[in-house]
Amino acid sequence: MAIISLTGVVALLGRFPGLAGVDLTVEAGEVVLIHGPNGAGKSTLLRVCAGLLRIESGHGQVLGHDVRSERPAIRRSVGLLGHDTALYEDLTVTENLRFWARASRVEEAQVPTALDRLGVPSRIHDVAVRHLSAGQRRRTALAAVVVRRPRLWLLDEPHAGLDAGGRDLVDALVKDASSAGATVMLASHELDRTVDLATRHLAVAGGMVVGDHGPEVDHAR
Amino acid sequence: MLADIAAVAGKDLRIEWRSRVTASQVIPFAALVLVLFGFALDANRPVLERATPGLFWMTVLFVTNLAVQRSTSIETSDGARRALLLAGIEPVAVFVGKALAVAVELLAVEIVLVGGVLVFYGAEIDDWGLLVLTCVVATMAVAAAGTLLGALVAGIRARETVLPILLLPVLAPVLISATRAFDDALGSVAVQGWAWLGLLAGFGVLNSGLGALAYGVLLEET
Repeated sequence: MAIISLTGVVALLGRFPGLAGVDLTVEAGEVVLIHGPNGAGKSTLLRVCAGLLRIESGHGQVLGHDVRSERPAIRRSVGLLGHDTALYEDLTVTENLRFWARASRVEEAQVPTALDRLGVPSRIHDVAVRHLSAGQRRRTALAAVVVRRPRLWLLDEPHAGLDAGGRDLVDALVKDASSAGATVMLASHELDRTVDLATRHLAVAGGMVVGDHGPEVDHAR
Repeated sequence: MLADIAAVAGKDLRIEWRSRVTASQVIPFAALVLVLFGFALDANRPVLERATPGLFWMTVLFVTNLAVQRSTSIETSDGARRALLLAGIEPVAVFVGKALAVAVELLAVEIVLVGGVLVFYGAEIDDWGLLVLTCVVATMAVAAAGTLLGALVAGIRARETVLPILLLPVLAPVLISATRAFDDALGSVAVQGWAWLGLLAGFGVLNSGLGALAYGVLLEET
């Protein structure tokens, strides 16, 4: 079953074409690594798949919802980790995750479990986010995605700012999500780290998919 | 819906309580404006008494600009607006929740300002009921318009300067109505204060209705 199905999708960032005609089909359970140079369109592709960015032309579906007319339904079903952490600086770690759980109609009881899963120590659960390090914020933001239990994970540079332990946790998270039947789209520059994590590699450049192959090709390189 | 409104309003008020921006910056700013208006007009006491309602509401509008800037920046600072969209929370609930939080902050400031005009301007209150209701209704009207315009300018780089340019003209009818109602409540001018309060309520309904309708579009597009 196709989780993502895009045909000729063009999306603008202002007047600049962020995506310039993307055709893409992603099946359930796939872990797709998106790589390419800065400005290639990796984050834009993730934003279109999250229902955050309106498309100018083309058509498609994400999780069975139309990417033009059913963006709110798409947004409710995906988990996106972007460059921002979407955390409120003056709220504690727990307060942030409880708010996002409540807003997403998810049981707040899952918050401690998600924080444990991301290795966020209990001593900082009641600390305001403004006092956390960049890595701790990143882990907390990932925990907010975990709490949602999405069917489609969209991770933009998930290893950025994390220490070695945090990076291993992200890898484990991706593997577990895939094992549980979820689909993962992962944008990363760290090919060495992610080459074995993904079941499929997409090379993106100039807003288009210029390569689509299994991990063995990048291994050989 | 009510749970979402409570969650958003509670979140904004908790952030406000933690940061103490209203207590440590906004209220002192409002008190300073009120005192400086007083210095400017003190030489002519009858003019000061006559102008007290207008000065009060002008000060509230200045404070509204600060409160709305703050409310908007909470969502724009680290991608929280995007996360609100992803959470699937109804935009109407976000609008009402944020407007309620701004209104609570403004009402806290107005309590201090009422004390200020009593002490510094020597004002006397003839009709407490009219005064309190005017504060509540005008504050809702101001908070609704401010929250909507805050969302409108959220994606603009120079939003700190654009917001007051949009906000002050939009709030002019509220300023006029609230000032007339206060004229009656303070007994400074013989006007039909309750009739002005009715008009004020109309602006409140209009601003809230427009906000409820348009906020979702602005959240998507800005």
